[in-house]
Amino acid sequence: MTTTIAASQPPSRPAGTLKAQLRRAERLRKWKAFGLVAPLALFLIVVFVMPIGSMLWRSVDNTELESVMPLTTAGLQQWDGTGLPDESTMAAFAAELRDSRQGGGLGRIGRRLNYEDTQYRSLLMRTLRGLPASLEADGDWTTTLIEIDEAWGETATWLGIQRAAPSTTDRYLLASVDFERGETGQIQRIAEGDRLYQAVFQRTLVIAGGVTLICLALGFPLAYLLATLPAKTSNLLMILVLLPFWTSLLVRTAAWIILLQSNGLVNQSLMATGVIDSPLQLVFNRIGVFFAMVHILLPFMVLPLYSVMKGISPSYQRAAVSLGAHPFAAFWQVYVPQTVSGIAAGTILVFIMALGYYITPALVGGPADQMVSYYVAYYTNSTNNWGMAAALGSILLVVTLMLYLVYHRLVNRKQMIRN
Amino acid sequence: MALPPYASPMEKVWFWFFRIFCGLILLFLITPVLVIIPLSFSSSSFLTYPLPGFSLRWYAAIFDTSGPWMSSLKNSLIVAPLATLLAMTFGTLAAVGLNRADFPGKGLIIALLISPMVVPLVIVAVGMYFFFAQVGLLNSYAGLVLAHTVLGVPFVVITVNATLQGFDFNQVRAGASLGANPLRVFFTIILPQIVPGVVSGGLFAFATSFDEVVVALFIASPTERTLPIQMFSGIRENISPAIAAMATILILLSTLLLVTMELLRRRSERLKGAAA
Repeated sequence: MTTTIAASQPPSRPAGTLKAQLRRAERLRKWKAFGLVAPLALFLIVVFVMPIGSMLWRSVDNTELESVMPLTTAGLQQWDGTGLPDESTMAAFAAELRDSRQGGGLGRIGRRLNYEDTQYRSLLMRTLRGLPASLEADGDWTTTLIEIDEAWGETATWLGIQRAAPSTTDRYLLASVDFERGETGQIQRIAEGDRLYQAVFQRTLVIAGGVTLICLALGFPLAYLLATLPAKTSNLLMILVLLPFWTSLLVRTAAWIILLQSNGLVNQSLMATGVIDSPLQLVFNRIGVFFAMVHILLPFMVLPLYSVMKGISPSYQRAAVSLGAHPFAAFWQVYVPQTVSGIAAGTILVFIMALGYYITPALVGGPADQMVSYYVAYYTNSTNNWGMAAALGSILLVVTLMLYLVYHRLVNRKQMIRN
Repeated sequence: MALPPYASPMEKVWFWFFRIFCGLILLFLITPVLVIIPLSFSSSSFLTYPLPGFSLRWYAAIFDTSGPWMSSLKNSLIVAPLATLLAMTFGTLAAVGLNRADFPGKGLIIALLISPMVVPLVIVAVGMYFFFAQVGLLNSYAGLVLAHTVLGVPFVVITVNATLQGFDFNQVRAGASLGANPLRVFFTIILPQIVPGVVSGGLFAFATSFDEVVVALFIASPTERTLPIQMFSGIRENISPAIAAMATILILLSTLLLVTMELLRRRSERLKGAAA
């Protein structure tokens, strides 16, 4: 296209030297190429990047209190944390609490303050009921509040609200790795009985790592066989890898429930052959999760390994054997090192995909087999604790993206997109 | 990799051990797909072997036009083709642009275009849930189509890009110099040559949308309930042979997809072979 423009220019036109024209044509070509990519890039930025960005923001967002009680939060941030806040803050608090009934503000601050201490919501309700009808009372709001509920006379009550006042917080991020801020703001581990997420992350890593290792152990020999068989046979066997690959994830998950249930085919055949006397519990626990996830992810290991192995000439291995190496030594020292890029690609790909799994563990796992994704979904849908959902999601996202960077370095970008 | 006639007994043992091991892995891969098919023809409502009798009642159940299966299938057949069409259009244009010239920030843009494939689905789902709630796209077909376009578009970019690897852009210059406008150049010169990539990317995008549960669970209301959501809740609540029947139909569909992809691959290999 660009050359046309350069070529179709009438020669008489004084457009500078040929060099300048060429440069201009080059520039135009770049802009045109960019113009073709821009619609999609813009679309993804609006519908994909910004939504995820704003979700990430929620993991530190703490504007609930500030948006409903701007004067109170401003006053509390001036307060030095000893004794009680000053009278003007008390007055602002009473006024803003009264107004919070409109527009659902009360519910928002009640939920937020309950994360600090589970008594705030009822305290706010009680106080609201006890507030005098008229706000004009130029009286002493500190005394009025304490008369309604003694809690307002305690420093700790106000400290809790002060902690919830800043517009950003690290409490969700800390909580998602089982840490919290203590009374004086120091970071500490939460009480042992309340710890949950370190175990969840650990479980996620164990399941993803285990699935990856099993996929490698099964995928490597299979890819080797497929790469070394005559094309006709290997194409036929490849169907057995590709058909499951193209089959719906839900179909395969359902199939595993059917196979592994207590009167399913696996238990039936084990009992018929006398290996076991009573059916084993194989599904709705960790075993089921492993079976289903390995089955779903195995093709993602086999395919990159296969494409790397397809390009390895058998001559090297033969040469090693003819030079006196034991066939196993030749395989291990000559063949395997050539497949490292395939191993790395397949391993990281499977691991990344396994980390984010939600549907399969939710369907074939028990309560103790749920991974991080499950908790992200749970906090979004069931408890509306969006801060926690966002914090857990952010950690998952950061880990995934870092691993993807490694993958990207290993599988040269050129392979995917020509530079 | 045949066994040479001079192989030692040890080598023979290893050879057969290896083959049997691989055979078992292939069995592991294909059994779940095959085992579910006969169950869909069972006359009982239990998903166990041996089958008590042959019946088509579960197919009758899912093809009941007033039932949940048909309405969810209808929804999927609305959303998936639209999302595929959008992904194919956006993705093809972008892939052509990426191959046309280098421009600043290209690496970053490539990373952006591929990223929907990498980010865990649940994060995409939560992000879109909040975003769509703000802009009024929650619980709408439009929202679902946009979300599935995002998820499908990287496949189109990658496959079209792969077919463009051997494309000679001098053809574009030739076409232009003979007086064709850019649109005509695209439809008569570029598109016919990259059609296998566009179609296989489109098939990937279609399969993605047709099998996508997580995002749909978050952003769709019961009105836009897609087939995967119906499958998901069916498996979760009460796994009946109706699911096996639907699964059989989906397996048929994936076989079709597989065959189409294989034909496309052969075609493009033949073209490459002819060119070389």
